[in-house]
Amino acid sequence: MIPAKFDYKKVSSISEALELLAKHGDDAKLLAGGHSLIPAMKLRLNQPEILIDISQIAGMNTIKMDGDEIVIGANCTHHQILTSDVVKQNAKMLTEVAKMIGDIQVRNRGTIGGSLAHSDPSADWPASVLAADAKIEVEGKSGERTIAATDFFQGIFTTALEDDEIITAIRFPKIADGNYQKFFQSASRFAIAGVAVIKFGGKVRVGVTGVSDTPYRASAVEAAYDGTSSAAALAVDGVEVMSDHFAGEEYRSHLAKVLVKKALES
Amino acid sequence: MGTYIGQSVKRREDARFLKGAGKYTDDIKLPKMTHSAFVRSPYAHAKILSVDISTAKNADGVVAIFTGSDGCNAFGIPTGWQVDFKNGDTMREPKHPLLAIDKIKHVGEAVAIVIAETQAQARDAVQLVEVEYEELPCVTDPEKAMAKGAPQVHDEWTDNRSFDWCIGNDRADVEAAIAGAHHVTEMEFVNHRLAPNAIEPRSYIADYDVNADKYTLYTSTQNPHLIRLLMCAFTLGIPEHKVRVISYDVGGGFGSKIYHYSEEALLTWAAKEVGRPIKWTSDRSEAFLTDAHGRDHKVYAKMGFDKEGMIVGFLADEFCAMGAYLSTFAPAVPTYLHGTLFQGLYTTPLIHLNVTAPFTHTVPVDAYRGAGRPEATYLLERIVSKGAKEMNIDPAELRLKNFIAPFDGVKQPGYQTQVALQYDSGDYHTILKKGLEKVGYDDFRKEQAEARKNGKLLGIGISTYIEACGIAPSAVVGSLGARAGLYEVGHVRIQPTGKVSVFTGAHSHGQGHETTFSQFVADKLGIPMDDVDIIHGDTEHVAFGMGTYGSRSLAVGGSAIMKSIDKVLEKGAKIAAHKLEAAVEDLEYAEGKWTVKGTDKSIGFGDVALTAYVPHDYPEGVEPGLDFSSFYDPTNFTYPFGCHIAIVEVDADTGKVVIKRFVAVDDVGNVINPMIVDGQIHGGVVQGIGQALLEEVVYDENGQMISGSYMDYAMPRADDVPMIETDRTTTPCPHNPLGVKGAGEAGAIGSTPAVVNAVVDALHHLGVTDIQMPVTPQRVWKAMQQN
Repeated sequence: MIPAKFDYKKVSSISEALELLAKHGDDAKLLAGGHSLIPAMKLRLNQPEILIDISQIAGMNTIKMDGDEIVIGANCTHHQILTSDVVKQNAKMLTEVAKMIGDIQVRNRGTIGGSLAHSDPSADWPASVLAADAKIEVEGKSGERTIAATDFFQGIFTTALEDDEIITAIRFPKIADGNYQKFFQSASRFAIAGVAVIKFGGKVRVGVTGVSDTPYRASAVEAAYDGTSSAAALAVDGVEVMSDHFAGEEYRSHLAKVLVKKALES
Repeated sequence: MGTYIGQSVKRREDARFLKGAGKYTDDIKLPKMTHSAFVRSPYAHAKILSVDISTAKNADGVVAIFTGSDGCNAFGIPTGWQVDFKNGDTMREPKHPLLAIDKIKHVGEAVAIVIAETQAQARDAVQLVEVEYEELPCVTDPEKAMAKGAPQVHDEWTDNRSFDWCIGNDRADVEAAIAGAHHVTEMEFVNHRLAPNAIEPRSYIADYDVNADKYTLYTSTQNPHLIRLLMCAFTLGIPEHKVRVISYDVGGGFGSKIYHYSEEALLTWAAKEVGRPIKWTSDRSEAFLTDAHGRDHKVYAKMGFDKEGMIVGFLADEFCAMGAYLSTFAPAVPTYLHGTLFQGLYTTPLIHLNVTAPFTHTVPVDAYRGAGRPEATYLLERIVSKGAKEMNIDPAELRLKNFIAPFDGVKQPGYQTQVALQYDSGDYHTILKKGLEKVGYDDFRKEQAEARKNGKLLGIGISTYIEACGIAPSAVVGSLGARAGLYEVGHVRIQPTGKVSVFTGAHSHGQGHETTFSQFVADKLGIPMDDVDIIHGDTEHVAFGMGTYGSRSLAVGGSAIMKSIDKVLEKGAKIAAHKLEAAVEDLEYAEGKWTVKGTDKSIGFGDVALTAYVPHDYPEGVEPGLDFSSFYDPTNFTYPFGCHIAIVEVDADTGKVVIKRFVAVDDVGNVINPMIVDGQIHGGVVQGIGQALLEEVVYDENGQMISGSYMDYAMPRADDVPMIETDRTTTPCPHNPLGVKGAGEAGAIGSTPAVVNAVVDALHHLGVTDIQMPVTPQRVWKAMQQN
């Protein structure tokens, strides 16, 4: 398991990273925690010529309140989020999500920004990002912009990020009443299905990961929500459900409904 | 009981393992050593149209590249066991080249080796080797491989059969008994394919000394002498005295490191070609694709019962995959290591097993922890439990009713089975009753009924097993097709100061031999354990040996050492008698000294040893020195047995199974180190649980392994298993000097059916009678939906 030869450059600012990105284009990959990228490189499924290490950029690994919003730097590790008092006090659901990601080693290295940019269809964060209607802050050569969660995920390993853009932070609202339910794939411990539900003023927002090749808001459930869990039956309405040897379409659909029900009842 | 035997002495090898100071093959760096990497086929079945190395050979650091046409394939890899057809035709044994020549037979088969200055350079150059393939249709399932028109693995024969085989009573008699039975229980299932997953991947370094014309192979193997024998006599045709095989610390094998693999032979051959040492260490992806797999049987079985619930006949037909080539022990696994256990613990009067062993476009299948016995036990213990459910008899009661009566093999004779073996000693009723008591069987049934009222799905599963260990009497296995003897060698060298070096042909790759063997040697000689060293894993140090597998090390290897200890004590007594001016028969040996009976005249072991090496005042006609080697060839297999009971809870919403309790009561004969035996049982049980719930090699229709990484192949983790509650009964083996039976595989044999029986028990009231392993949440949920 030895990757192909590559150059490595650690940058200390976003502008430096953007400059290198512009210069190397498709030959470059951004390195944050590396927990998806490096295995792919070791298997030589991915052979970038240069890695731009953004993990030490100042200001990108802090968690702070900005008014009513929790701003989590893209370089924050899952462990940082898990142990953050700011997160625990203002959005305890995110603490619970972080706890269910990988193992200690993964949580100590993997970052929320890296996970979102990679956009593995079975990753945990997308469900909460969607349910919370979080905003993804990105910076590119044409400046800064904010992408709404619902616009961000576009397909398997595909997002609204432009090639020259870097996620800098994720902006979550306070979450008073939310919970995340996950059914673990027994080998990878990624989510076969992961459901985040946030309740507010008699309504819900439901984010689902692991079920389809793109994480989604279960809008049929949201629309039919009547305070009970009966809307859970609509968990995969209008969605193309993934299938693999751990969970075929039928079972995965069932799990999505079970988890939405559990989340609605929690 | 001596000072050490029966004590949980801490493992002396752990001092180096825990400090990261173990000496594994990949830790070794030789001067001028090169590295290698393989070009492997991405196809399961393909013609090789061309191999172009022109770019690769000029890449940075490349020393040499060899393909199948470069002279390495004169002989090919042999198999170690020949199982001929029922009609007497010779087993079909395809040539197994070191590098594929014109055709690919499984994904991962090596096409070329690249040797370079660094591992990175070797891997870079692998990407530059251009191979043109023509993909062909493939078959990976053993039953489908026998269907008419199935893609052929080897063109030289008309179908994919390597051999067929049967054992037991006349088929017609068994069929008649079942036809006339009061009740017949039927099963059809797959005992699915597993990847062994030793934590240390296979690793080799080959070195050739041109001046001595001598090869040294460092290899992570379970049996260095056997590798040397096979590689020299068959694969490469090199004189055996010109090859040294060294296997220091090995990080687990579970069977997968018994076999002679193409990579080690190729490296040995190539080391002479390039004139420099060559290293290769498998990565995890290669391990999935190239380490011999386990199991892979398609099973059709019937068991007949009379109206009292007594078994009257047992019949099975199995398709057992061999994979693309015959691995070292492969033909023996679904036959002599499998069918011979079909008696189980039961008095079944009529038994017949028919095996068809086809080639498939997959990596070869061979022995994996338990080797044939887990497959036999799974079938027996599932079909007995299924029969119990169908007849509405308690599964424990049905077993007790059918068990063979206790026999110690001394006062009562051994038990002659219908399937060739004669069990040595056993008390099966006691062990099941002990298990039931430990788990609180009767109370559990009440708890289960109560839980059901609340929609909670609890189940209990019983498995009672017997296995054949201590492999094996050479004449017996020889008559069954083994191409080697299966004795063991134990060499005891008493140093002049009375310290002891023991050389064993057994090989430790996690079993703790350095501790266990030292314990009994120290006890038998009456000396401190610290005075004993155990040396293994080097053909230049150890005279010969057959290695470690089949739970044989203590039963066979330990017995060989015991023979040498007897010789040491016999000669020592002559020297002691001379020094004490007494007759040998007037001496007794205890606590490290010879004493003239009834006196206080004695001489210590160390003094006798010194006298043997400084023979100034010495008995006439006795040679100097105190150094003996012995071969021990067992007279029978040993037969550990046990009772494993699992309690599970099934989540009604998702089908997920959680094991709440696991009780393992095992009888492994006498126990030298209880802690090590418990550790062996723990490891085996976890592996068995892995098969029951999690692990599965899956091939798609193109012969691609879609479970070829830890992202997709589920190994059991700490939180997948409960605390394992172990207990024992002790029925000594009557035919070896230590009375030991073997403990390495018991856990993996007994546990799997216990878990599946428990899951079926939890769901039986919903109409579920069987679930295909691994019992994944999806399979459980689907079973619940269908009923």
